[in-house]
Amino acid sequence: MMEVNGGMAIDTATAPPPAAGVVDGPVGLTGPAAESGPAPGPTAAPDGSQAAGAAKLEVRGLGLYYGDFRAVRDATLDIRANAITAIIGPSGCGKSTFLRSINRMHELAPGARVEGTIHLDGIDIYGPDVDPVDLRRVVGMVFQRPNPFPTMSIYDNVAAGLRLAGRHSRAELDEVVERSLRQAALWDEVKDKLRAGGTSLSGGQQQRLCIARALAVDPEIILMDEPASALDPIATLRIEELMFELRGTYTIVIVTHNMQQASRVSDFTAFFSMDEDRAGYLVEHGPTPGIFTNPREQLTEDYISGRFG
Amino acid sequence: MSGLARPVAGPIVRPPIAERLAGRRERRRTVDRAWRGLALGATIVAVVPLAAVLLFVAVKGAGALNPDLLTKPPKALGVGGGALNSILGSAQMVALGALLAVPAGILAGVYVAEFAGAQAARVVRFASDVMVGIPSILVGIFVYTILVLPFKQFNAFAGSVALAIIMVPVIARTTEEMLRLVGRELREGSLALGLPTWRTVVSVVIPTGLTGILSGVMLALARAAGETAPLLFTALGSRLVNVGDFGKPMDALPVFIYNGARQPIAALNEQAWGAALLLVLLVLGINVAVRARSWARRAG
Repeated sequence: MMEVNGGMAIDTATAPPPAAGVVDGPVGLTGPAAESGPAPGPTAAPDGSQAAGAAKLEVRGLGLYYGDFRAVRDATLDIRANAITAIIGPSGCGKSTFLRSINRMHELAPGARVEGTIHLDGIDIYGPDVDPVDLRRVVGMVFQRPNPFPTMSIYDNVAAGLRLAGRHSRAELDEVVERSLRQAALWDEVKDKLRAGGTSLSGGQQQRLCIARALAVDPEIILMDEPASALDPIATLRIEELMFELRGTYTIVIVTHNMQQASRVSDFTAFFSMDEDRAGYLVEHGPTPGIFTNPREQLTEDYISGRFG
Repeated sequence: MSGLARPVAGPIVRPPIAERLAGRRERRRTVDRAWRGLALGATIVAVVPLAAVLLFVAVKGAGALNPDLLTKPPKALGVGGGALNSILGSAQMVALGALLAVPAGILAGVYVAEFAGAQAARVVRFASDVMVGIPSILVGIFVYTILVLPFKQFNAFAGSVALAIIMVPVIARTTEEMLRLVGRELREGSLALGLPTWRTVVSVVIPTGLTGILSGVMLALARAAGETAPLLFTALGSRLVNVGDFGKPMDALPVFIYNGARQPIAALNEQAWGAALLLVLLVLGINVAVRARSWARRAG
């Protein structure tokens, strides 16, 4: 279904520039321009149709439970390799639960249960041969609140994933730590104080430290659960810039409450909502410009235009 | 809306502002002063006994706390000598007790906080709480029954076990509490790096709670060092210096105080005061060290 929308985006690439109100308000969304197809808005992310690549994750009929409570029902979508996919939706719609099912953190909750399948490069991550510990080395995660290990230095935080999992030479660790901190755009700020405590950094720096820590174990997918919601706007911007730099090398899935953020950073957007039983479900999914300028579902349009949620 | 009931309909009628602001201040001040005075008085009543005990022991014990007390054993015959037997005995029995209790207590705390199901955790926690509050003489009688009677020999090992039984629940509970304070986000941060649960507990959770755990251990040591009752049935006490023979009776500072204080001999009473001062300084030292650690941590 993404392919269809991608094609539509290309068709309309020659369409006249949209009215200024397209992204800001509901007016433009329901107008005739919207009917003629999606158009890239002024703040839209890079065109999703150009982030070509195979599906990294294939989610099929995913149901997620906490005991008897069904938090997510029947989610089916593909997540494209080396692109940024944003998950948006109102509070309680199961976004975070969905995210946490991708690295099997969901099952840490008491009574947690999973239905359906998630295939990563064709391998069923809930299959009997897959150990969640191994999976989490491939699927890294960054949390809402920066959570550097308080007893460890900056260096040790970044090295933790490698060092605590097995033997590594000093030189090897040095190299990985520097590379990861450079990738996380933190190296220049901390290179002279690698021995200082990880919690001595500012909130934004701590979050980039956590990103470096996740990168150090060489994941292919990075899950971000509202990674900037505890940060100020400048720190948020740095995280977003960082995501752009990581895009292309890593498959990133980000849960965010901030729709501007979703439209700025993501190639694809998945919109979740919840039904009468409070079970979250996927309303629609597609290239970000399409979702934000010409959603197929009325519900999506209402949400992104601020009419509910 | 207590005093100013609002009519259901119609305009709100209020007294003039001067009336609403007048009159209460003086009364409030008086009541405030009365309660403050009462609270201060109660605090003094609570603190005075502690200060009095410390002062009393200091005054009575200062004269007897001399090099002889620290370096000489009691004279084999008659009165005199020092408390070396008790000092070494306390050190050995508390050390062996800690050797038994610290691993058991910490592992139990880790189990309850990290691995046990809710039901098991509740049972263990309740048992620990009961054990913390149990009169220590019961521990003494219990150990006497299983480690003294069968061998027909009072012995220092039994004393160490009794002290260990007193220490374990304190250490287990503190460990559990401290680990519970470690946030879920740290555990998840570690698990998300692909680290197994045991590694997460050992390398992230325990180090984060370590300061608190060590405080618990030290407080348990202080408590064990001051116990008399469980030792009377087990290590018994001894006038001989016993280094390393846990199969034989051994002395301890509280036992030395107990024995010295109940003799009708002034010199022995005085030695008991000296030993009491030594014990107080020891326990106080441990407590201050624990507080200093947490203060330093908070400041740093």
